[in-house]
Amino acid sequence: MNRRDFLGKALTTAAIPAVIGGFSLRGFAANSLLQRVLSSAPPMNDHVLVMVKLTGGNDGLNTVIPIDVYSNYFNARSNIAIPENRILSLNGISAMGLHPSMTGMQTMFNEGNLGIIQAVSYPNPNFSHFRATDIWMSGSNSDDVLTSGIAGRYLDYEFNGFPNGYPNNIMPDPLAIQIGSISSLALQGPTVNMGMSISDPTNFYNFINGVEDPLPINNAGKELSYVRSVVKQTQQYSTVIKNAALNVTQQSSYPSNNSLAAQLKIVARLVKGGLKTRVYIVEHKGFDTHSLQTDLTDTTIGTHANLLSNLSEAIKAFQDDLSFLQIEDKVIGMTFSEFGRRIKSNSSGGTDHGVAAPLFIFGKKANALVLGTSPNIPVNVTDNDNVAMQYDFRSVYSSLLQQWLCVRPTDIQEIMLQNFENLPIIESLSCNTTTYVFNGNGYWSNSSNWVDGIIPPTNVFGNAEIIIEPQVGGQCILDRSIIQTVSNGASIIVKSQKTFVIEGGFIQN
Amino acid sequence: MDRRTFLTGAKEKRNNQSFRTLSGITSYTGVWSTDEIIHLLKRTMFGAKKSDIDFFSTMTMEQSVDYLLNVSSLQIAPSPPIKNYSPTEDLAVAVGETWVYTNPTESGVMGERRSSLKSWWVGQMINQERNILEKLTLMWHNHFVIEMEMVGNAIYCYQNNAILRKNALGNFKQFVKDITLDTGMLKYLNNYLNTKSAPDENYARELQELFTIGKGFDNATPPYSEDDVKNAAKVLTGWMIDDVNNTYFFKSTRHDTTNKQFSAYYNNTIISGRTLQDGALELDDLLTMIFNKEDVSLNICRKIYRWFVYYDIDAATELNVIEPLAQIFRTSNYEIKPVLLALFKSEHFFDVVNRGCLIKSPVDVVVALCREFNVVFPDVTDFDANYKMWDWLHSCCTSLQQEPGDPPNVAGWPAYYQTPQFHQIWINSDTLPKRNIFCDTMISSGYTKNGTTIVIDATAFTATLTDPANPNALINDAITFLLRIPISQTSKDQLKTDILLGGQATDDYWTTAWNTFIINPGNATNTNIVKTKLKNLYQYILRLPEYQLA
Repeated sequence: MNRRDFLGKALTTAAIPAVIGGFSLRGFAANSLLQRVLSSAPPMNDHVLVMVKLTGGNDGLNTVIPIDVYSNYFNARSNIAIPENRILSLNGISAMGLHPSMTGMQTMFNEGNLGIIQAVSYPNPNFSHFRATDIWMSGSNSDDVLTSGIAGRYLDYEFNGFPNGYPNNIMPDPLAIQIGSISSLALQGPTVNMGMSISDPTNFYNFINGVEDPLPINNAGKELSYVRSVVKQTQQYSTVIKNAALNVTQQSSYPSNNSLAAQLKIVARLVKGGLKTRVYIVEHKGFDTHSLQTDLTDTTIGTHANLLSNLSEAIKAFQDDLSFLQIEDKVIGMTFSEFGRRIKSNSSGGTDHGVAAPLFIFGKKANALVLGTSPNIPVNVTDNDNVAMQYDFRSVYSSLLQQWLCVRPTDIQEIMLQNFENLPIIESLSCNTTTYVFNGNGYWSNSSNWVDGIIPPTNVFGNAEIIIEPQVGGQCILDRSIIQTVSNGASIIVKSQKTFVIEGGFIQN
Repeated sequence: MDRRTFLTGAKEKRNNQSFRTLSGITSYTGVWSTDEIIHLLKRTMFGAKKSDIDFFSTMTMEQSVDYLLNVSSLQIAPSPPIKNYSPTEDLAVAVGETWVYTNPTESGVMGERRSSLKSWWVGQMINQERNILEKLTLMWHNHFVIEMEMVGNAIYCYQNNAILRKNALGNFKQFVKDITLDTGMLKYLNNYLNTKSAPDENYARELQELFTIGKGFDNATPPYSEDDVKNAAKVLTGWMIDDVNNTYFFKSTRHDTTNKQFSAYYNNTIISGRTLQDGALELDDLLTMIFNKEDVSLNICRKIYRWFVYYDIDAATELNVIEPLAQIFRTSNYEIKPVLLALFKSEHFFDVVNRGCLIKSPVDVVVALCREFNVVFPDVTDFDANYKMWDWLHSCCTSLQQEPGDPPNVAGWPAYYQTPQFHQIWINSDTLPKRNIFCDTMISSGYTKNGTTIVIDATAFTATLTDPANPNALINDAITFLLRIPISQTSKDQLKTDILLGGQATDDYWTTAWNTFIINPGNATNTNIVKTKLKNLYQYILRLPEYQLA
């Protein structure tokens, strides 16, 4: 990393004592050559994270169903238990399987595109929807109140200084987009909200197609129309979003009457359309199943089955579309819910607010494995027995930040505020970065100026990264004889307050 | 068919752009409900406070308008601005004492005094009584413009403001006379320099072009002649400012005693030159001649209309509203109050076509937000803290392009005369985000200076609503009080679900949270949830384009 050093440079060109090809750039205007060189750098990586919120508290025990402790499971919730012979099996996994309505996600697991993390929660769990949601969004301890969100802190870290100086050439697009305006806390940065909302898919298509709520047919309508027109001018991201959407005219099919699918379809469209937006949040509502979560006679159908079916079909269709659009290498998704539900069902055929629940990681680069074991279910379960936590949800976030969004391990605590376990949830090497660090003083060609004595090759590409951080009082000089090229996703970072003098040639593609 | 339906039916569409009504100044006899009360209050005051709405709901429409236009002499002359700045500056006045009667003993203090005056003025608006005075005073400021920075002397600026208040609901002819002799105006338009040997036509021109006759229905063709300007200037020679006593006086040796011949527009009137102190009486002769022209009444009624109703005056409005109001104005010998009574009681004013169509001025945005959300200011005894808050609000108005005390030029703010945009000028891609930022600031952290904060208390405001535990009623009420154009039920439902219910399907989640907050506000977790949700809700509403309309 760290992008902020880079941006800091780009925005303060006039103060940089940099020299390119012998010409001093000091005092150049904002569109100076150096700034263009710096600001044409591609993003550090093009990875996108999609967060799928299952609002209401998903019943994890009927989502990932224990086979190894099936009889205890059945005893605990016989009125809603899924028959053992209807549980969908997972390749290579005998201890658990999926709800029968989740055939899409079963396929994804078996094809290597879905990971399962068992019993995710946090210490001293809260049973209030509102408070628990805030905890999940902010990544706080149960008894702390944080006013910023995890994704917001990540985006603040990656795009320091936002919104000042944005949009710019490096990040012309919204940093994050949430569809279906969930609690804005997730995207709340330390000072400003880092995201923008698309209130619902219908509004999105109205927006793309220029359709709006009707105006009153009177002077008030005339003036409202005027104010709206100014609103559009000031929504600096509306044009880039619209253009990205219009870039994509064909997608593979999604199930109809499935709100989550409609939201994910938009996400795929915007990613394919070229938005560099890093985080998307979508929402799937209705998991607060206190009563009648299954059909009275057939526990494999009913409210919860429909919710899981919609979830599974939407995510499967999304994954298929990512493949169709050839962007499956770029996108990882995760599901989460503010809490799980009680082990023991209640007498009204539902489940009350509980603690831990499984969480899904999906995408081509997801590790298709199950982390954790089936929950411990007592033989004589009581109303208050809960699924015990096996993984802290913040370990999941922390792992995604490192393994997918490529935050340096040394920087992770700045975002997470504490240290959390790093779980193997993303294919290794997804963030494989080759880093060359100049920490000496003097010429580029002198290997003793480089960490481990390794000078970058004259053409670096891929995930390579060159960091110019000369010792105090020193400088890095690109020799007159060298023509250095940085291309195809590689980057060069001049650390804040450091001097980089280019006597030779420097090409950034 | 009720009255409202009838009035709605009377409107016609014109040019796909404007909408007109044939309704006139016949007394409104339709429904008198919350909607009408809010309309009346948002137009005549800065915002419609819940307590004011409740107050007027026990009265009839007639009683309400009468009440709003009845201003006591005490309210007309509030205690003047005081020294709120450094004790080591302006030593002639003690901190906390008013400076308006005392000449400074050192130079360079007028800037502090003008700032004090401007802050004080915002304070008057924030603390306005339940009447039209403050909105009317600002209107007259936009009509009889002075730019305080150009006038310089803060005592003159204060005296100008006092004249606006004194005459706001009085006699317009007397008003013009008072303004002509106002120290602030004498200075601003240089009439104190207007002498027989070196005539200065500045005031003589604006007196006719802006303050009385106007530039006609099309606002482009003055009916009087250039010679009329020159001759009026001669009439107005000899007036000066006594800068020791801060009063005007007439110096006959500087007065042009020749006869002044006016054009056919003024029926070829000749104002005979008068000598010695009698020269001062020529001002009355001039005003008598000017006020014989119907254009005065038409010009002023249009100005009032554009301030309180809407900017678009089409032929039907001119015929059915402006002309009858001008008739009342003339018949009452230019008393202002009968015109306002007729306007605010008219079916035209309450016509649905004229509701919700007024783009809020910056001052209305800033002051109304504080009032409608009952923002708590420092205790009145802490004048220093209050002036700091008012000063900040004044700077917010300034940044939104309306600085009370310093309109851009003698014609006032372009929003009230610049065709064809008029009020739309207030809103552009620079000022709209600033409006949003102001509202965001007030709903989130508020403004803090020296440890004192003004901020919207979202829970306290919510507690004033009818049934805050019911998320549907809460949103309905908030929309009713804050927006003039209702949003769709779909949007309300979405606001409820996404914000108050945090995505849950059951209203009970909000009800429980709110009731817990009422019973046990010390439950920090729950209280934080309730506060956050309400902040998000109001922030959303304040950011709707609909919020910009009154």
